Amino acid sequence: MAKIIVDGVEYEVDSDNNLLQECLSHGLDLPYFCWHPCMGSVGACRQCAVKQYKDADDEKGMLVMSCMTPATDGAIISIKDQQAVQMRERVIESLMTNHPHDCPVCEEGGECHLQDMTLMSGHNYRRYDKKKRTHRNQYLGPFISHEMNRCIACYRCVRYYDDYAGGTDLAAMASHNHVYFGRHQEGTLESEFSGNLVEVCPTGVFTDKVFSQRYSRKWDLQAAPSVCTGCAVGCNTTPGERYGELRRVVNRYNSEVNGYFLCDRGRFGFGYVNSAERLKVPVRQGDGQQEELDANEAHQLVQRLDGKIIGIGSPRASNESNFALRNLVGDDNFYAGVSAKQHAANQLILELHRDAAFHVPSVREIESCDAVLVLGEDVTNVAPRIALALRQSVRNKAKELAESANIPQWQDAAVRELAQEDRSPLAIFSNYASRLDDVASDTVVAGNQKLVKLGSAIAAELAGESASAGLDEAERELIGRVAQQLSSARRPLIVAGSSARSMELIKVGANIARALGKRSGNVIDFALLLPEVNSLGLSLLVQKDKDLSAALGVMESGAAKHCIVLENDLYRRAATSEVDAAIAGVDSLIVIDQLATPTSAKADIVLPATAFSEHEATYVNYEGRAQLSYQVHRNHSAARPAWRWLCENPAQQVEELVDRCAESVSAFKGIASLLPDLNSMIAGMRVPRQSHRYSGRTAMKAHVNVHEPKQAVDSDSVMSFSMEGIPASKDATVLGASWAPGWNSNQSISKFQDEINGKLKQEHCGELLLKDKQASGDFFNVTADQSDANNGLEVLPAYQIFGSDELSAHAPAIRERMTDAYLSLSPQDAEQLGLKHGQGAGIAGTDYVAIVCIREKIQPGTVAVYCGTEINPHDLPERIVLNANADIAERGIRGLIVSDLLEESY
Amino acid sequence: MSEMIATSGVRPRQLTPEEIAEIEHEMTLYPDKKAVGLEALKIVQKHQGWVSDESLLAISRYLDIPAADLEGVATFFNLVYRQPVGKKVILFCRSVSCWIMGCESVRAAIREKLGIDYGETTADDEYTLIPVPCLGDCDNAPVMMVDEDLHRRLTPEKIDAIVAAYKDANDQGKGA
Ligand code: SF4
Ligand code: SF4
Ligand code: FES
Ligand code: FES
Repeated sequence: MAKIIVDGVEYEVDSDNNLLQECLSHGLDLPYFCWHPCMGSVGACRQCAVKQYKDADDEKGMLVMSCMTPATDGAIISIKDQQAVQMRERVIESLMTNHPHDCPVCEEGGECHLQDMTLMSGHNYRRYDKKKRTHRNQYLGPFISHEMNRCIACYRCVRYYDDYAGGTDLAAMASHNHVYFGRHQEGTLESEFSGNLVEVCPTGVFTDKVFSQRYSRKWDLQAAPSVCTGCAVGCNTTPGERYGELRRVVNRYNSEVNGYFLCDRGRFGFGYVNSAERLKVPVRQGDGQQEELDANEAHQLVQRLDGKIIGIGSPRASNESNFALRNLVGDDNFYAGVSAKQHAANQLILELHRDAAFHVPSVREIESCDAVLVLGEDVTNVAPRIALALRQSVRNKAKELAESANIPQWQDAAVRELAQEDRSPLAIFSNYASRLDDVASDTVVAGNQKLVKLGSAIAAELAGESASAGLDEAERELIGRVAQQLSSARRPLIVAGSSARSMELIKVGANIARALGKRSGNVIDFALLLPEVNSLGLSLLVQKDKDLSAALGVMESGAAKHCIVLENDLYRRAATSEVDAAIAGVDSLIVIDQLATPTSAKADIVLPATAFSEHEATYVNYEGRAQLSYQVHRNHSAARPAWRWLCENPAQQVEELVDRCAESVSAFKGIASLLPDLNSMIAGMRVPRQSHRYSGRTAMKAHVNVHEPKQAVDSDSVMSFSMEGIPASKDATVLGASWAPGWNSNQSISKFQDEINGKLKQEHCGELLLKDKQASGDFFNVTADQSDANNGLEVLPAYQIFGSDELSAHAPAIRERMTDAYLSLSPQDAEQLGLKHGQGAGIAGTDYVAIVCIREKIQPGTVAVYCGTEINPHDLPERIVLNANADIAERGIRGLIVSDLLEESY
Repeated sequence: MSEMIATSGVRPRQLTPEEIAEIEHEMTLYPDKKAVGLEALKIVQKHQGWVSDESLLAISRYLDIPAADLEGVATFFNLVYRQPVGKKVILFCRSVSCWIMGCESVRAAIREKLGIDYGETTADDEYTLIPVPCLGDCDNAPVMMVDEDLHRRLTPEKIDAIVAAYKDANDQGKGA
């Protein structure tokens, strides 16, 4: 290991890194702006100056930018050197000449990297008294506010938004002292990852607009480590609450999952928690009447149901709630609340998880894959954070080139300049063009049959069989190319999943991965995407044949007297008529949920449930990673965590439930390790959710009672609803909001990391539940299903990051970005049917009307249907006939971003 | 490139055949389309006098460069005009040598004569005055350029004559 000397002290370093990164890794305070752990160095801000000496005899030394200087063995530097100190102070003084110093009214205040660095550099008094340049701000959509005057021109925003996240609508404009970071014209930021700007910008130029509307300082927010429930990736978050309202969500670093970044669904999709539509009291309803129930009475009612009860679980409910329901109704009466098709796909995915030939990679691992094939998944809209990771995977080529040219990886500008458009292969086979196509090496847009055919050919080619049957020249070339790219890669990756609603496609993915594994002898990375936060957890708790169709059948037949539906809207999971018939078949329907749904409207008893931030719970992500999400704040209505309605003990503690689950379900064996032990906390003290600076606690309830109320006790966890206790200082076992002395912004996270970009000290990254592998299976025999091609158009499901997830679709900010239900058609089909872009079209045989969206790259004969909140996808047949709907002439499709709209048509 | 519907009402204009021909020629000289952005802006400016939003979008579409990136290029160079300019553009040096040699009094004379200051255009759209850093002709300071003509060793008095000469040339041009 290389060693460097910093201010006379020797440190062991990785010489592949730069000095700044190594200093920070060792916990030293060194100011910086333009460097970012995920984006490397460009040397733009000059804030990180240090003195470097040639050797021990060199007394003069010279100033260098630590972020641009490699940490070579034997390097001698000084952070404390007077000249270096002065340089850093002067740099910040000049950066600050134009800064408005409006901290009191700035949303960044109190967690601002610029504030922290200014203090750290010792620039305490301003001398500049001239006029400052001012800018006009832009409207950037419902998520992000813009206050350009605060800009210090570090260029981090564009380096993140464009270079890292692949955005195209944010750029640096103009030059010298009036550079401007914004859009070409006012308008919504198009990237699905725009929210990260809030954390990337070191000052208050890009701030969280949703948070601004109901704002609090970071230190006034009650916060706890949480897990995003927006999709199956399970990114780690820190939600913040004040006055009983969830105010915002920020990223929480997890080295294996989300790292430093979230998607916008995860960041801005929490608003439903505060919704006036939340269910607040238990009710008995029927015949248009509603009667409030006493909570204890309601609990007893559930516990004393007589006759046969069946339970329908939910992929958006926690393991604990599903487990509690399963316990109440019994294993044999517990059903997955997902469609038969989805359930079958989930079971298949579980089987593949356990196959020794495959490894389902973490997000971090996906970034390191150097050849990728995506089969049938719209990754950006289904598992957004993974799309961001795939975007990094194509940069492995650049990293390789840099390595062979002896350029360090962190030299960001040089590495990009060297690689230009050279990328690692990413082939995307999908039903419609995707947002990742701009970095794809090959794209195929087609219906499932064709994708299955092409995929099978790749598998055959890799297995050394003849693959050319039924393929044309171009297809043969494509197959050969993709097969070659995958087989020559260091770490190939296949991405498949349940989105395209094709079991065959998943099997084809498995065959390709298996063939690759047989060739190389390696375990092959096979990312299997699922739709919801706990899709996998639910699947692990349910028997193989207990899908929703089975449950509905039992209900309709009258065999079940009662049915308990856990956090689920059945009208999103099965055909309307089937659900209606099933509900009619039971004596009583009991629905536990957070918001009213069409299902709860039909219930006899409705019980209010707490939302993700209001209870402690575990979820299992797409990798089989179980993660613990702490309660952030209390719910002041009669809502309870669903498991408390379902367990006999109304005060059932979650930790005990987790333990029981671990004992009784073998797949959940490891889950108990997620629970930190109070005895292992410093002095056995709980970890406070409120910061030491939390203000107004004694006065919060002063309008009700002038005496300070007793702080609520959290019997469930190692955290407390108070400022007392010992917050995480270096160890990250229970780390909600991170702070370190001198570091109030999120950049303080480096103080909790083993090394920059590495693991958190004593971090629990979650527990992989599906580690136990069985012997490799065999190739699947795949036959593409032959559907009747003469009648109507083949329905392919389309997804939207804003709208496809049930709960976040109720968040006001997300609503502003949601689109109408639409029907994506090829220009040929549209013309033949006489349909225009933006016009309404009725779906024959149903009452549904949706908007026509003409896309360049849809296979004629197929229609990609985005159902939004309007259409129950299960009501649609596999092929549909469309008719022009005269009522909706040409209203266009609001706010839709697609990668291949036909130019003439909008 | 992705498209978001209805973020603004501005639509690209049609590039003229001349513009397209010249842009196509530039494309043969560079390895990829993106590199032609600046040249294309100059070509359009040559033909249109300035680069309107519609023109910018047209180039963005034609070369498949995001409008934001192209705007970044256009606004980086202050001789790419994103606002309409007069028929003649006065590039007025206000750098050190010219400043020492009294360019401020010349600027005052222009203000007096034409009624415009930095960044302004005369009411008859004849002249736009733009300040520039050193024109590289310091030994003849103060200097300014009107279109392609360099005017040296300026004094406030010379302004009258220069403007008059352009007016004559203009009138003659019209007459002919
Ligand atoms: S807007 Fe923020 S991130 Fe972008 S250059 Fe300015 S200070 Fe840096
Ligand atoms: S990718 Fe999924 S888990 Fe991650 S922030 Fe987005 S919605 Fe949440
Ligand atoms: S952090 Fe080193 S120059 Fe900006
Ligand atoms: S300073 Fe005016 S030409 Fe150089």
